[in-house]
Amino acid sequence: MTTSSPVASAVAPARASGLSFGVLLFRLRALIALFVLIGIFSILSPSFFTRANLIILVGQTAINAIMAVGMTYVILTGGIDLSVGSTVGLAAMMSGLLINRGLPIPPLGVAVYFNVPMIIVLGLCLGLLVGAFNGLLITRFNVAPFIATLGTLYVARGLAQLSNDGATFPNLVGKSELGNTGFPTLGAGSILGIPIVIWIMVLFAAVAAFVASKTPFGRQVFAVGGNERAAELSGIYVNRIKMAVYMICGLCAAMTGLITASQLVAAHPAVGESYELNAIAAVVLGGTSLAGGRGSIWGTIVGALVIGVLTNGLVLLGVQEFWKKVITGLVIILAVVLDQLQERLQQRLALKRA
Amino acid sequence: MQQARPEAHRTVLVAEQVSKRFPGTLALDRVDFTVYDGAVNVLIGENGAGKSTLMKILAGVERPTSGRLLLDGSPVEFKSTREAAHAGIGIIFQELNLYPNLDISENIFVTREMTRTGVVQHRAQEKVTRDLLARLEQPLEPTTLVRDLRMGQQQIVEIAKALSRNVRILIMDEPTSALTAAETEALFRIIRDLKAHGVAIIYISHKLEELLTVGDYVTVLRDGRLAATAPAASINISWIIDKMVGRNVNAPHHRARTVADDSDQTVLEIKNLSLPRLGGGFTLEGVSFALKRGEILAIFGLMGAGRTELFECLMGLHPEASGQIRLGTRNLRHEAIRQRIDLGLMLVPEDRQRLGLVQKLSVAHNITLANLKRFVTSFWISERLEMEDIRAMMRDLAIKTRTPQHPITSLSGGNQQKVVVAKSLLTRPKVLLLDEPTRGIDVGAKAEIFEIMNRLAEQGLAILFVSSELPEMLTIPDRILVLSKGKITGEFSHDKVTEEALVLAAGARQQTEHPVPANRPNN
Ligand SMILES: Nc1ncnc2c1ncn2[C@@H]1O[C@H](COP(=O)(O)OP(=O)(O)OP(=O)(O)O)[C@@H](O)[C@H]1O
Ligand SMILES: [Mg+2]
Repeated sequence: MTTSSPVASAVAPARASGLSFGVLLFRLRALIALFVLIGIFSILSPSFFTRANLIILVGQTAINAIMAVGMTYVILTGGIDLSVGSTVGLAAMMSGLLINRGLPIPPLGVAVYFNVPMIIVLGLCLGLLVGAFNGLLITRFNVAPFIATLGTLYVARGLAQLSNDGATFPNLVGKSELGNTGFPTLGAGSILGIPIVIWIMVLFAAVAAFVASKTPFGRQVFAVGGNERAAELSGIYVNRIKMAVYMICGLCAAMTGLITASQLVAAHPAVGESYELNAIAAVVLGGTSLAGGRGSIWGTIVGALVIGVLTNGLVLLGVQEFWKKVITGLVIILAVVLDQLQERLQQRLALKRA
Repeated sequence: MQQARPEAHRTVLVAEQVSKRFPGTLALDRVDFTVYDGAVNVLIGENGAGKSTLMKILAGVERPTSGRLLLDGSPVEFKSTREAAHAGIGIIFQELNLYPNLDISENIFVTREMTRTGVVQHRAQEKVTRDLLARLEQPLEPTTLVRDLRMGQQQIVEIAKALSRNVRILIMDEPTSALTAAETEALFRIIRDLKAHGVAIIYISHKLEELLTVGDYVTVLRDGRLAATAPAASINISWIIDKMVGRNVNAPHHRARTVADDSDQTVLEIKNLSLPRLGGGFTLEGVSFALKRGEILAIFGLMGAGRTELFECLMGLHPEASGQIRLGTRNLRHEAIRQRIDLGLMLVPEDRQRLGLVQKLSVAHNITLANLKRFVTSFWISERLEMEDIRAMMRDLAIKTRTPQHPITSLSGGNQQKVVVAKSLLTRPKVLLLDEPTRGIDVGAKAEIFEIMNRLAEQGLAILFVSSELPEMLTIPDRILVLSKGKITGEFSHDKVTEEALVLAAGARQQTEHPVPANRPNN
């Protein structure tokens, strides 16, 4: 779970040296943890491993997972994006505004209404814009990612609240005479019996994983996170890569915002608050190094699923909300500790054979 | 200088039947190694022979898989560098281990700060640092940030750090790889001084002339095994090469090349290049020269002469530089590094750890990093195309690794250097800038790299090349420019150059009692 393309760079050397099994098990620890959790909850709660519950669970996970996919790219370059939660809120509010009020054009005193696909496109563009703003601060003005995106966290949240004076846009069903109905389908619809949300997650993850491991862009993301100056001297446009990852992250956050608004059939300006922490947690659980240069998209998806299963399972067991937080926190800490142990364990396994 | 008489020295440290296994590699195979006090114990072997691994075991960084260490005759086991340091063992690592964000004196005293009632005594530390640097004949300001130092200067700091601890056994793993002859001489004087005080020194270097100059005992490792050991007085360079490689290696030599017909064509022309220095003065001042197709041009100079900065200007890393750089028919101004690479300019940087390699990537991905576009079929990287180039490079440069998927950090220092060279060759440059391309590379691989340089030059590639090794300077290039304090102070063609002329033109800043080591062993 810890390298760019698990098949090429992580598993092969282990196999070559004949230690495949132990090391492999350790590398797949997030996945194993996931199965163990699923096993435990299935035994403890009869309603856990049912089709209905699993679909709810994956649907809940998808929201976090989509955000976390974008976050993975940012963290792979050695950066961080704290503004995703606010971007979620901003995109949600924008969809609410466009559906209920249209895009006002003050000089003409009219408002333009868009159809739903167009609204989704505009929402995603807004995410790209927020990402570009972050990227600009970080690359052109040399602001540390933590600070730049912390600033954006406040700015974007403020804008979300300003968009409707702090009030909710309710009832986002649109009007057929304006041709903008159908927005709730995004969050509630399903294709082949599987919610659209899950399809979107799979699509985002598959494309992101492919790009990360098979394209020059992906390779360069890892290189920038691994050693920025060496990457630069190898002819990589470091600033462009950074710009791109923040834009991707913004896009993923906006997608999450649109889905959330659609699921609630309303846009609330506080939606998405503290989501950035869930996304970062999923990335870290999935074995991506906060220092950059090491990690994978599939790891992140597994990480998001671990959080999702934990949350869902603990609710089913009737565990108190506060304990849920304690347990989730401990799991995240454990994951990072194990990550630190990986190197040493590998060494020891090697020694035992000698 | 005097060669030591074996009977005069006492054994202080012995490695007995030491083995070390890494995943997939047996780095050391039952090696015996004896360290005598008051002597320079030389360790030599090809890249990846296991020298650094053995040193890391002696210094407590790694633990042996089997075998034991005897210090003063009794078995010891070091669980950390701290324990080894406590036993009086110090080490200068092959790869520099400094904190770029701290200044020189802070680096030297890190973890053992001079304190009074818990407060660090910066003044006192700086004074000790200044004295140490003076001994090394490098008048650097102790409060300079390490980030702002050149490679060679960092190596000096690393040496000063080791000297500042009073050790009985001092391990030096390629301490001079980024030093020029003058700085090396200063180090040798200190080594002789330490010897006189009974310190045991373990010395590793790929500069073979050096070994016989300072060495008392020579131990040769080959493929993780002990190949031979002998007093330095009884051997010569060809003995060493024979024991470490087991075949004949051509000494670096000049090759008369016939370059394709239009060889007079100038590919790179530099006019009046100046680089202002922060706080006044110039790092480079009015540098002008031209490079022809198929020519190998070397730049000689002391540390701080501006050689690396010249290369950096060519790659566009110093927008504040003035002057003209013409590549082919094009004047370079604000081109990004990528554009310069695409136009045929490529740099092999001096500092491979900071500028050459991405440590978290595999050997394979490092090799192809500057060339990814070439492997793209439709949207993605074709692994087949990529592997073809990787395999070709690993074969041409004899890069020693079990599989190209191994992490780059598992390679020995010299093999990592070859990976950086491989990456630059894959960009198919027209003008190749080599900043110490043979740093830390063994004789065999050096010969391979020179062979490749000659071959590429024959095909029309122009090479600009910096090396701090005089023998290379005198033999490889067609023409040599001497850079001193940022200005060109001499130009020699291959058939006219002499060591004395080069050194004179370079203008050694301080008087050296010994001339630059001209002591070739008498076979
Ligand atoms: N951490 C590691 N993991 C796996 N293999 C390693 C590791 N460290 C060293 N090796 C392998 O052990 C062998 C010996 O390496 P070592 O660094 O001791 O060589 P060396 O003699 O110092 O070479 P050089 O002259 O290039 O510095 C090499 O084949 C290297 O790839
Ligand atoms: Mg070494």
